[in-house]
Amino acid sequence: MTLLHAFDPAVLDWSRAQFALTACYHWLFVPLTLGLALVMAIIETAYYRTGDEFWKTTAQFWQKLFGINFAIGVATGIILEFEFGTNWSNYSWFVGDIFGAPLAIEGILAFFMESTFIAVMFFGWNKVSRGFHLASTWLTGLGATISAWWILVANSWMQHPTGMDFNPDTVRNEMMDFFGVAFQSFAVHKFFHTVSSGWLTGAVFVVAVSCWYLLRNRNVKMATKSIKVASIVGFFAALVVAGTGDQSGVDIARHQPMKLAAAEGLYDGGKGAPFSIVPGVHVPKVLSVLATHDPDGYVPGINDILYKGYTNTEGEQVLPATEKMKQGQKALEAFKTYRATRHTNPEKAAEARKTFEEHKAYFGYGYIQKVEDLVPPVFLVYWPFRVMVGAGGALLLVMALFWWFERKGRLQQHRWLLHVGIWSVVLVYLAEQAGWIVAEVGRQPWAIQDLLPVGAAISKLSVSSVQTTFFLFLIVFTALLIAELRILFSAIKKHEQE
Amino acid sequence: MITYELLQNYWWLLVTLLGALLVFLMFVQGANSQIFTLGKTEAERQLIVNSTGRKWEFTFTTLVTFGGAFFASFPLFYSTSFGGAYWVWMLILFSFVLQAVSYEFQSKLGNFLGKTTYRAFLVFNGVLGPVLLGTAVGTFFHGANFVVNKDVMGESIAPAISQWANAWHGLDAVANPWNVVLGLVVFFLDRILGDLYLVNNIDDEQLAPRVRRQLLIDTVVFLILFLAFVGHLLLMDGWAVDPTTGVVGLEAYKYLHNFLALPAVLVLFLLGVVLVLFGIAKTLLMPTFKRGIWATGIGAVLAVWALLMIAGYNHTAYYPSLADPQSSLTLANSCSSEFTLTAMGVVSLIIPFVLAYIFYAWRAIDRKSLTRRELEQDEHLY
Ligand code: HDD
Ligand code: HEM
Ligand code: HEM
Repeated sequence: MTLLHAFDPAVLDWSRAQFALTACYHWLFVPLTLGLALVMAIIETAYYRTGDEFWKTTAQFWQKLFGINFAIGVATGIILEFEFGTNWSNYSWFVGDIFGAPLAIEGILAFFMESTFIAVMFFGWNKVSRGFHLASTWLTGLGATISAWWILVANSWMQHPTGMDFNPDTVRNEMMDFFGVAFQSFAVHKFFHTVSSGWLTGAVFVVAVSCWYLLRNRNVKMATKSIKVASIVGFFAALVVAGTGDQSGVDIARHQPMKLAAAEGLYDGGKGAPFSIVPGVHVPKVLSVLATHDPDGYVPGINDILYKGYTNTEGEQVLPATEKMKQGQKALEAFKTYRATRHTNPEKAAEARKTFEEHKAYFGYGYIQKVEDLVPPVFLVYWPFRVMVGAGGALLLVMALFWWFERKGRLQQHRWLLHVGIWSVVLVYLAEQAGWIVAEVGRQPWAIQDLLPVGAAISKLSVSSVQTTFFLFLIVFTALLIAELRILFSAIKKHEQE
Repeated sequence: MITYELLQNYWWLLVTLLGALLVFLMFVQGANSQIFTLGKTEAERQLIVNSTGRKWEFTFTTLVTFGGAFFASFPLFYSTSFGGAYWVWMLILFSFVLQAVSYEFQSKLGNFLGKTTYRAFLVFNGVLGPVLLGTAVGTFFHGANFVVNKDVMGESIAPAISQWANAWHGLDAVANPWNVVLGLVVFFLDRILGDLYLVNNIDDEQLAPRVRRQLLIDTVVFLILFLAFVGHLLLMDGWAVDPTTGVVGLEAYKYLHNFLALPAVLVLFLLGVVLVLFGIAKTLLMPTFKRGIWATGIGAVLAVWALLMIAGYNHTAYYPSLADPQSSLTLANSCSSEFTLTAMGVVSLIIPFVLAYIFYAWRAIDRKSLTRRELEQDEHLY
């Protein structure tokens, strides 16, 4: 029995919009959770070692802001997990055998750690020893970081699926290599890039709030000391961000050349490819260096990938997408024949299975309707990439300046610097959002690179259902964001120390 | 020998245990559904909110982990039920989203919506969470309207393996009143647990007698609904799977048969019911007794666990399809590969350590009951 309703492509658009909306909202809060956790733990460590009440009040202040942010981070996270089932149900079956595992491990290993020790951190000041409390603060941050690890394993697997094989009898991909999934280099780079970007966010946030106090000559000691801790954390985080961002560039050049071509607006590639700063301004050979760590390395452009094919840096011949689509259609046909005959006509089924195995590497391309669909929206990848990288450079400089002037004890003399410190917080949030847009929009139209396009991943829902939930989320999350910001600002304004 | 079948059964054991723990931990919701009725004054409401506010994270995290573990072990359920019964799950999630911010935000300056709104969110989640989750679990016994056809993956435009067979997308669960009865059973069980938790966790002379009176009322309603549901369950037909052919068909007294075929589960169930009643009765009869939550809580976990187990064990379709019985989900046709179940089985060995530190941390902050005085000095007040 089949129910083949006419498919309305708007369901796909609304589901994508809903995922993008909820993910971007979640990502407004996650980096600050990761970053503040580190800064406040360092400050509490200072309290533990010196016993000075000043450090305790300072730590408690940052923990209060952490709590406000954490609540809404949790609220926005739960939706994402279940959306894989509600809106991407085909995806959930097609790769659930692999993809479910990191989500489950995240819950067991990380979320329980976070939620257990955060309770001790908030309610335990007068109930447990100083050492136990400090450990709880660190474990809260560790839990958040472990959670980042597993969710990024899941995300990296979508960008670069490994360690699995498609089984036409169960019609899904099945895991063959747990460690290949859990510890692939793509995931390692993504983890460090993303988590260090969170540390940078936390550091910039602390600096910005502190600058606001210094400009008003309030809470001067707390602000200065906090800047001292945060600028050092931020400086080193920014270095890690840049280094791992560079590694991520190499990863996508190798595994997602279309994303890189879109990020550079590169239509026709070649050896010694130039890096585009803004349209029309190019630096020769730099893109090749970034993508292949070799000034004469070959970088394919969009046209090479779609129509011409090319030889990659490992010397392998890569077929043009037009050819991959043909093979994909053959795989899809063979799959259909196999499914139709496997119980009735074993010989025919065996033959179909053989054809399928020959072409199955391009199975996912069988769902692509037009070759142009394989190009992600270039504008939406190109510009965010520039915002992110530009912000990375700027923030490294800002953190260095704060570190320097704090050491010299001259922060309050340089009011321009304090203003820069406040505005940096806008920059870091832009960079965070931009980073995910590069990573996710650049992957389009694939839900899982080369394996499953978004159009074959979605649930069969009515447009009006998804529209309704989209607007519900939009309204609820926006209202909660306004509430969060107002609470945060009131808490900052009100705080009086010493 | 660890066989594929054993792994499937092991994972059903774990997932249903998480489900049972979730029902227990929803005492948070049960108590929150009564913020305005139990708490007559602001001080009393604040006590209730701060008392459940120290536990809500565990409930929430258990829900998340329940989802993740179900995804990893029985992905076809994840795609069929979540993608199909869209509205039920979305409503559940919405209520939990609102709950998650409501504690932290309600009494903070500049909170934009006002204290009463956030408390109303807590009540909303307190009612909707248990009722809807219970109703959704009802479909494990009574079936749902979906079709699973893996062949459609050969279509090149928008293939969808699991499809809902009507436009109600899960809201059709209420068409069978027994699903709703189960929803209410869960709801009143969670209110009982919520009452017992407040008795145990708050030390307040005005609140305590009122909570005990409420416990009696909730227990009476619960018992009526619960007995009706269990009677119905034991008498109803259920969907059985033929283990050799995989064909799904109706069997009279299926769940009664399951209990009789699995005496250990039956014992667990009866033990659970006895513990639930014991905890309630002792609390009602002894005005100084405060530890009822332990007996009733453990009992609730055991009884719910047993009920969920018989939904899937003994060759039963745990998610029957009414639209096409052969699409019904069974442990064998909806689970992950043997490799994944094994790998995740290894991961599951960590669970006892997780439970141990949760227990340790819980004790550390719960040594004394919550009082008005403590709230006055609290550094993290909701
Ligand atoms: C790099 C980090 C990172 C990324 C990319 C994501 N998350 Fe997240 N998530 C966290 C890092 C995090 C966190 C730091 O651990 C949070 C944020 C605030 C918090 O309380 O925990 C969290 C909370 C959080 C929660 C609530 C957990 C709880 O009960 O405490 C869920 C269910 C998810 N997330 C699920 C997801 C899903 C399904 C994602 C992808 C689609 C996702 N997150 C992206
Ligand atoms: C790390 C875990 C994440 C996973 C597993 C993940 C997975 C997905 C999935 C399944 C989709 C829907 C299919 C699609 O349209 O591609 C999607 C889309 C999207 N995600 Fe992610 N995502 C993750 C994190 C994020 C975060 C944190 C952000 C942003 C802050 C983000 C930004 C987006 C955007 C913008 C889209 C929509 C792209 C489009 O449809 O054009 N993702 N992601
Ligand atoms: C300093 C120069 C930087 C470079 C060279 C760089 C490079 C990259 C690249 C190539 C990606 C795409 C990876 C993929 O699609 O898998 C990426 C993603 C991302 N970037 Fe950056 N980045 C830089 C700075 C920053 C900064 C300053 C932030 C935020 C503070 C940031 C946050 C992110 C995030 C959140 C992602 C998405 C997660 C991921 O894919 O790793 N990046 N970055």
